Amino acid sequence: MFAGPFVPPLTSMEKQLFMTHSDMTKIRNFCIIAHIDHGKSTLADRIIEMTGLLTAREMQSQVLDNMDLERERGITIKAQAVRTVYRAKDGNEYIFNLIDTPGHVDFNYEVSRSLAACDGAILVVDAAQGIEAQTLANVYLAIDHDLEVFPVINKIDLPSAEPEKVAQEIEDVIGIEAMDAPRISAKTGENVEDVLEAIVERIPAPTGDPEAPLQALIFDSLYDSYKGVIVFFRVKNGTVKPGMRIRMMATGAEADVVETGYFGAGQFIPCESLSAGEVGYLTASIKNVQDTRVGDTVTGAKNPAAEALPGYKKVLPMVYCGMYPADGAHYQDLRDALEKLKLNDASLFYEPETSLALGFGFRCGFLGLLHLEIIEERLEREYDLDLVTTAPSVIYHVHKMNGEMIELTNPSNLPDPSEIDYMEEPFVSAEIIVTSEFIGSIMDLCQDRRGVYQSIEYIEAGRAILKYDLPLNEIIYDFYDALKSRSRGYASFDYELKGYVKSELVKLDILVNHEEVDALSFIVYAGNAYERGRRMCEKLKDEIPRQLFEIPIQAAIGSKIIARETVKAMRKDVLAKCYGGDITRKKKLLEKQKEGKKRMRMVGNVEIPQKAFMSVLKLDEN
Amino acid sequence: MKPELELYLHFPFCARKCAYCDFFSGAFSDAEMHRYFEDLRAEIRARKDTPLFFPSASDSASFDRFPASSLPVRSVFIGGGTPSIVPIPELEATVDALREAYRIDPSSEFTIEANPGTLTPSKLSAYRALGVNRLSIGLQSPDDRMLQKLGRIHDFRTFLASYEAARRAGFDNISIDLISGLPGEMPDSFEKGLKTVLSLSPEHLSVYSLIIEENTPFYALYGPSGSRRSELPDEEADRLIYHRTGALLEDAGLHRYEISNYARPGFESRHNTGYWTGVPYLGFGAAAASFTGVSRMKNASSLSYRSLQPEENESLTTEDLMSEFMILGLRMTAGVSEAEFESRFRKKLRDAFSAAVSRHLALGTLEASGGFLRLTPYGLDVANAVMADFL
Repeated sequence: MFAGPFVPPLTSMEKQLFMTHSDMTKIRNFCIIAHIDHGKSTLADRIIEMTGLLTAREMQSQVLDNMDLERERGITIKAQAVRTVYRAKDGNEYIFNLIDTPGHVDFNYEVSRSLAACDGAILVVDAAQGIEAQTLANVYLAIDHDLEVFPVINKIDLPSAEPEKVAQEIEDVIGIEAMDAPRISAKTGENVEDVLEAIVERIPAPTGDPEAPLQALIFDSLYDSYKGVIVFFRVKNGTVKPGMRIRMMATGAEADVVETGYFGAGQFIPCESLSAGEVGYLTASIKNVQDTRVGDTVTGAKNPAAEALPGYKKVLPMVYCGMYPADGAHYQDLRDALEKLKLNDASLFYEPETSLALGFGFRCGFLGLLHLEIIEERLEREYDLDLVTTAPSVIYHVHKMNGEMIELTNPSNLPDPSEIDYMEEPFVSAEIIVTSEFIGSIMDLCQDRRGVYQSIEYIEAGRAILKYDLPLNEIIYDFYDALKSRSRGYASFDYELKGYVKSELVKLDILVNHEEVDALSFIVYAGNAYERGRRMCEKLKDEIPRQLFEIPIQAAIGSKIIARETVKAMRKDVLAKCYGGDITRKKKLLEKQKEGKKRMRMVGNVEIPQKAFMSVLKLDEN
Repeated sequence: MKPELELYLHFPFCARKCAYCDFFSGAFSDAEMHRYFEDLRAEIRARKDTPLFFPSASDSASFDRFPASSLPVRSVFIGGGTPSIVPIPELEATVDALREAYRIDPSSEFTIEANPGTLTPSKLSAYRALGVNRLSIGLQSPDDRMLQKLGRIHDFRTFLASYEAARRAGFDNISIDLISGLPGEMPDSFEKGLKTVLSLSPEHLSVYSLIIEENTPFYALYGPSGSRRSELPDEEADRLIYHRTGALLEDAGLHRYEISNYARPGFESRHNTGYWTGVPYLGFGAAAASFTGVSRMKNASSLSYRSLQPEENESLTTEDLMSEFMILGLRMTAGVSEAEFESRFRKKLRDAFSAAVSRHLALGTLEASGGFLRLTPYGLDVANAVMADFL
């Protein structure tokens, strides 16, 4: 883990390096923006390596991406930071604070806060692949935050590299000067020196008043069982030091600072104080990350700032699903694991629920589907839990005849239709940036997803911003994938919640061998119910293994069956031979078969594999 | 349960390895073979006092124990490999060692496996002289093209010659092994072959659906990702063959007494029936398994197995023994006796396995009558799914 409770003693060299740098002109706070696989982490590694902070022994590849999961997915989930010292050609030492940013629409808010903590950004573009969709949204976001963005063309060591063409493309598409952009290979280290010099020359030094009341922007926080919450922040004005009483301006939480420090690569390095322009962390015996929300402003309790830094918002879960332990005996383990994850993740929500099919579990809320998948994977890998997850659902507003309004997060809790006056579903305003050749097919996609066309605006000859209002329900499953496949990856997508809209919604139930499976129920737009029901039945037919009897699978709205498939009875499952020498081996085969059954859920007389509950989430587009 | 035991001897020697075979066997030199038999005889002698355990008739103990050498031998089975390629003097010395150490008498069933093409009149009369009273011939298929695919060294004519020679030598209890579900086989071609075999009036037939075992040349061709997997008969054809086999053999007077075994009344294999009813057995030789009544062990799969650790050595709990009683006993069409279960385990079968019994009676995969529980015809098709519930 990044946060180790033990901080090794500093060498005298390190002490020198980490002496408080009060000269703001020698600080550079920046981030790296790149499309996935264009070399962000490799460049970060090189910067850390070439600024001489780490010895070769300490150098772990991809220092910034701590979690195994991040390395494997090649994405950065949590914003993190590292501070290094660079002796520039002008003879001065500069402090570099490299802030790493997440890269997915689910975490857009976190990205915006990380960017707000920087003064500039390096745009890394692959010399062979050129600009890709993901990059654009973040570049524009950086420009919106008034960051100085300068491009770097990476992977010039590839035989297919075309740095001149890519430089031209950057100028044409993004409109920033790119002809003198450093041409580098982060992999070999070639010309990375030029990037270090460009950071010094092109990224502005921070501004701010060290004597003013404290205003520090929280861009991340994490929970450490030894120190409590470690708050990551950028000081905009004022100074923070141990002993000082601080207040989080949005949540109102107060605490006494125990420690302030910098981000060494792979360790926390305490320091006496942090002042305007600096990036670092503090600990203050805070028990809960709920108190230190991303985007909030830290100020002094005694001499508070007049106003908070702009841009804070409380992030609320947008997507809910049920999470159940595959083995009911692990319910308590799941509870403990969720509790621990929540210590580090203020946007994760959970509460206990029960299902007839799945037993005891939790209804969990997430920022989006990626967030959901990450939590699910962390529960499975870090906490060794086998999970069953139900179809994700948005929050519906159910207006009852008696005037009451229910916020429905679990389809099973939908009141009887006779009690319902009307229902509403959340809509988002979506912006899709796409090259003109794909506009038609993207509009078709939005139309299919019940989108309401708003506008189209050409940002240049070949590119347009397409604006649609879309039901959130339609984009949480696979919209992003569909968008990418229809635009060959050249579409970027961003959205924000717009509000609730009255809609014709019904609850679709799935019956397996004539028994309703509550965990498979979901809310669907009435016009799509038939199609969805049919596809669910088809998918379940493939997922439910043949058993000793025929199993009808039906989709129903109320008492009306709208689709049906049948799983035929098993034909053959027999070991032809079993003599003295085979018995142990054959018994093991049967035991494996029995183990397989344990991963099944019994619904009535039918064994349903756990993955069937999740496979229905991935109904193919066609 | 009657105190008795069975003896198994493994002769892992073949002229060449067949493409579907995953037994420990192969072609070895004469010197290797000789060393192996020296070891085998030493093992036969060394293990004669192995304690074997039987559910106790008295209430004071759960098991009665007897040294193997004190018990009557119910059956001897020499399997392989190809036992019939082993030179007679080695076999004689080995059988002598057996007879010296264990209580073999003329009523013991004594089977040797033989492959067509390796049987000569002189070998056959030597077997008779040694007391071998049952022959199990591995024909596998009466179709020469199939035999080639399997990598067998014989053709159907060779088999016929061997079979006739065995009859002439006086063998009146002959079993023929067949494999169904071979690549490219259709139910009607299999049925034709089966009729040809039946015309020879064997006392016993074993008909196995082909099992594609890992680590065999067949696995590469016909395994889950094999290039020629589609040549295997599909499930429908496989079951059609199975059901037609049962009907044809029944008409010919051979009844199915186990999932894959058929016999004229009185000619059911005693040795194999012993495996399915929990009779203790000692297995000698490489990869041979033994069951003492309370534990199971298996020799290492190597010619020098005697200097190696056993491959398996498992103590069985009462629950294990109860499960095995069910999963082995249900292989037999007669089924399992509820009274026998109770006398062995002092617990009612339907209490020990109440959920599984009621589920499968309700599903029609099990049936009960005359104090026996047995698989129904559909239960035989899906035996694993039933048995897994008894673990």
